[in-house]
Amino acid sequence: MNLGKAIVELYKKTAISIPADVESSLKNSLKREKKSSLAYYTISNILKNIEVARDGSLPVCQDTGVPMFYVKVPVGVSHPRIRQSIVNATRKATKSIPLRPNAVNVLEERNTGDNIGFDKGKSEVQQPIIYIEQWGKSSIKIELMLKGGGSENIGTQYKLPDKKLKANRDLEGIKKCIIDAVFKAQGKGCSPYILGVAIGGSKDLVSMESKKQLLRKIDDVNEDEKLAKLEKWLKVKINSLGIGPLGLGGKVTVLGVKMKALHRHPASFFVDVSFMCWACRRGTLIYNRGDIKLS
Amino acid sequence: MPLSEEKIRKLKIGDKIELSGTIFTARDKAHLYLLESDELKEKLSNGIIYHCGPIVKKGVFGDKVIAAGPTTSERLSLYAPEVIKKYKIKAIIGKGGMDKRTLQAMKKYGCVYLAAIGGVGALIASSIKKVKNVYKKEFGMPEAIYELEIEDMALIVAMDSKGRSIYEDVLKDSEEAYRKLLGKQ
Repeated sequence: MNLGKAIVELYKKTAISIPADVESSLKNSLKREKKSSLAYYTISNILKNIEVARDGSLPVCQDTGVPMFYVKVPVGVSHPRIRQSIVNATRKATKSIPLRPNAVNVLEERNTGDNIGFDKGKSEVQQPIIYIEQWGKSSIKIELMLKGGGSENIGTQYKLPDKKLKANRDLEGIKKCIIDAVFKAQGKGCSPYILGVAIGGSKDLVSMESKKQLLRKIDDVNEDEKLAKLEKWLKVKINSLGIGPLGLGGKVTVLGVKMKALHRHPASFFVDVSFMCWACRRGTLIYNRGDIKLS
Repeated sequence: MPLSEEKIRKLKIGDKIELSGTIFTARDKAHLYLLESDELKEKLSNGIIYHCGPIVKKGVFGDKVIAAGPTTSERLSLYAPEVIKKYKIKAIIGKGGMDKRTLQAMKKYGCVYLAAIGGVGALIASSIKKVKNVYKKEFGMPEAIYELEIEDMALIVAMDSKGRSIYEDVLKDSEEAYRKLLGKQ
């Protein structure tokens, strides 16, 4: 199979299914809610929807999001050619699955209709969002995340110290920011959420890295012991807020919290929080000279 | 058949209902259009608005909705009170709830907010039987106004015409826990 076709397959798998770790986490959440509650009703319907989408090869959610590509290529593979393959595959997938066209020219207020956003000179691909880096292996690895607008809109950034939250430049301060972000969001971005958090860094880097955390599996354990502990603590405390699925009240507001620490300038201390909705659509393609592996 | 005010006034928060009939999708651009133009005045009067940007597939037998969950309603709070007043809207379907001004307009004009479950696009599409009309196609697929025929769409009454809101209750409860966690008085 050529790379373009493989990327269309990746799109399809990602749009119509929810990863096994997320589905099983949702199933576990159901056990925590009372049978008569709106939370139980909501999660039951979410699980039913996952089945309906998978069985009928339909998009899980109508918002098929902004496609985010995280690509690793061997030495010698042309980055512009990879971008072109992604652009072509996006056009095809938008028609064949179909995906909802989600690229709007901000100055002309015009939907481009094919999920592709170019700059005026047509040389820069602005949408989908594509990050490419080189790695030492001989295969190409493409991770795709379909990032919905509702969950994107509630993402937020803090600068420590924060007077209003009485948050200092320490772990306590970081915790306060993250809890505040979820409290302010309530259920608007389709809870239960998965949270991606990056701390330290520069303004752009924390933003990119917090979102990248959403590629991690729900049940993985952070290799940094301090962060692993913090992730666990935050999940329990945030769930004690009682916001619940879709903000209708309940015990499960987040399925997991994933964090990354970055070095910072002495003057800066950012805390960036990215949200993923329960309809967490992420997939991986390993492409090795025509052989493909989708997961 | 239009929902009667009497029926609407009887609904209370927490009720689970199944809705059948005609609804109109409307998001950001559509709300501005509905306020500026009177073109849909007759069609939408006493009607139902759905905050939704569906995926619609062209088929041999016309358009087919294949995924149609709700979008976040909060963005439309800015326009909702005026839209409710102008069109005497009887029900708004969405997710995440709307602000106090909208809640007051709902109380005054006899309107309810019905929560659809965010993200369950495929499941909701199965209750959409027909695309009856499309207006303002030039807004693009997510923002066009689709007139849809629905059957037994499962919804939760989340804001009622008595001025009560599940979201306000949840906010209040979560605020207590939030203040404790942040060490605020």
